[in-house]
Amino acid sequence: MNTESVVQKSAPYHVHISSKHKLLDLKLKEVFRYRDLIWLFTKRSVFVRYKQTILGPAWIFLNPFITSIIYTIVFGGIAGIGTEGVPKILFYLCSNAIWIFFSSSVTQNASTFTANANVFGKVYFPRLTIPISNVISAIILFGVQMTLVLGFLAYYLFKGEVHPNWMACLAIPVVLVHLGLLGLGVGIIVSSMTTKYRDLAILVGFGVQLWMYATPIVYPISQIKNETLKTIMLINPVSAPVEVFRYGILGQGSVEPLYLGISWIVTIALTLLGIMLFNKVERTFMDTV
Amino acid sequence: MGNQNQNKEVMIQLSNVKKRYRLGQIGGGTLQGDIQSWWAKVRGKEDPNTIIGTDQRSNGETFMALNGIDLTIYKGEAVGIIGSNGAGKSTLLKLLSRVTAPTDGEIDTYGRIASMLEVGTGFSPEMTGRENVYMNGAILGMTKAEIDAKMEDIIEFSEVREFIDTPVKRYSSGMYVKLAFSVAAHLDSEIMIMDEVLAVGDMAFQKKCLEKMRDAAKKDGRTVLYVSHNMNTIRQLCDRCIVLDKGRVVFEGDVEKAIEVYLGSKSNSESFVDLSQLKRDPEFRNLPLHMHTFEAEQKENSIYDLGTSIKAKISFICDKKVENAFLRIIIKTIEGSPVTMITNDEGFRICKGEMQCVEFVMDTSRLVPGRYSVSPVFYEVNNLGVNMSLDGLKEIYCFEIATVPGFNHNMIWPRRYWGDHYSNPLIICDRERN
Repeated sequence: MNTESVVQKSAPYHVHISSKHKLLDLKLKEVFRYRDLIWLFTKRSVFVRYKQTILGPAWIFLNPFITSIIYTIVFGGIAGIGTEGVPKILFYLCSNAIWIFFSSSVTQNASTFTANANVFGKVYFPRLTIPISNVISAIILFGVQMTLVLGFLAYYLFKGEVHPNWMACLAIPVVLVHLGLLGLGVGIIVSSMTTKYRDLAILVGFGVQLWMYATPIVYPISQIKNETLKTIMLINPVSAPVEVFRYGILGQGSVEPLYLGISWIVTIALTLLGIMLFNKVERTFMDTV
Repeated sequence: MGNQNQNKEVMIQLSNVKKRYRLGQIGGGTLQGDIQSWWAKVRGKEDPNTIIGTDQRSNGETFMALNGIDLTIYKGEAVGIIGSNGAGKSTLLKLLSRVTAPTDGEIDTYGRIASMLEVGTGFSPEMTGRENVYMNGAILGMTKAEIDAKMEDIIEFSEVREFIDTPVKRYSSGMYVKLAFSVAAHLDSEIMIMDEVLAVGDMAFQKKCLEKMRDAAKKDGRTVLYVSHNMNTIRQLCDRCIVLDKGRVVFEGDVEKAIEVYLGSKSNSESFVDLSQLKRDPEFRNLPLHMHTFEAEQKENSIYDLGTSIKAKISFICDKKVENAFLRIIIKTIEGSPVTMITNDEGFRICKGEMQCVEFVMDTSRLVPGRYSVSPVFYEVNNLGVNMSLDGLKEIYCFEIATVPGFNHNMIWPRRYWGDHYSNPLIICDRERN
């Protein structure tokens, strides 16, 4: 075979597949080329979920609404946890919206490989499109839930019972990116490992539930009197962005720049590690899944 | 090859590609199992998760699905890939479509690949046909604008226009394939990979797909890789063929030769065959007679001129005395479809317990040029007229009928259209004159 013919002059779609894997190649350019696919996956996971259901998209509201009512009764009423003067139902709706956003980013992504083995086994496309679309659809659902929150907010604003910090509200998109990346990172690390160890699939649902209690969701951080415990709580990378979010909407709690910084470092580290692990696993996971 | 291929563009280049699979259980399967194994190793104890009776050496035995493949495929070629089950065809396609990565070696592809490895890849049952076209197109790498531009063609080709806005979970499997194939076929890809996808659609659609693929290669200069066990579709579509066997390329080149190599690897054209150790099909096991050898009279090459007969003999031993024995010779084409059966009119006698021989002449004078196989069956007809098999073997001997000058006015006889037999010349009784 002559070598000239092997070398291509114009090869816009040249792909080199080798047995050797470059760990640092994140392949994000390719993901960008498939942006239409990301959008279609997002649309599918948002809309298909409510096809052939009676209440349809109303389910998006019902779930957090009922949960918030129960939290108001159990934590606010029975346990008597204070919410620093913020109306309890608003506090829990707010916390719930942001937590559901984060936890669904984690749980949806945790099953990326096992849930899509069928498609992955037949055709190639950048696998990262699926976790990214999961996070985007979580953002959309969060947006829908926020209309409920805003409804209550308007009511209590009118009554003069809440005082949002409008400046901090501008940081909400950043909070979403922050928590979205964190959820993506944790989710894809778990999903990369579930291809070999199915245990993690069971653990993740349980783990996320426990994680909620380690995050100031059903209580404001000011309720913790023990200083060491409070530090541990704040080191949890989810806590700081959640606080920022509530500080904006409800004007309650505090923004801790130190812990926010730590959280960002952890988030970026986990996301990079996740993508590297994910890209490594996606090459051969069909052989082990 | 050198000169001819100098100007052709390389589309796919594989060098020394290997794929290894591990046999048996992979890992412990659960984290607990792996930790157990690891803890046992630390303490120097036996791994509790190994299967009893296996030692450490064979633990983690591997299997080479592909064992050093070197291939170059050019632009505008339709290449068939054939080989028996487990030869590595599907693994090769999986590597090319990047579903899994090679264990060793390098692959370079110079074009977008549309792979249709199975029916309805990535179809979501809840979504409508139209939505799934967008989905499937995007999975295959098309942008929304590209799909919009092709939508009409795709719907038209798929023949499911009436159902295009119905969720695909209500589709029949045929409709599924039709829609899925149309999407893949209309993708602006430089390389198309097809793995037996045509097995599901109806005949008319199959034909349409083959034509579409041939056009893709011939007119649009796309490259088609096609895997099939159906030699006829390979013949219709491909202009080059690759034969895989045990993870290696055993032949590369002309389609007819490749098919011959593939089928020939399973057949025998030796004129002397030892039959005693050959495995019988279940219906021929534990029968009184046992064939030992087959010997064709023509020793050289098993090629016979058209119009001749074949003389051969079979030696055998029988546990019982048979008064009225017969020999049935089934002639099949090398692809395995039966052509005819030849048997004797009057029964012969078989003695008990001694090696004996039957010599016979098969009338093969009406077979057209090509390769055929011989399958002998001994049977007896008892005095009640009931026949019983005594022994039988499949495809023990292959021979070739070579054309002779003047046959069929020196035209080639395409067996696909005209069959395997020729008859006496047509007799023209009277020509009408105006």
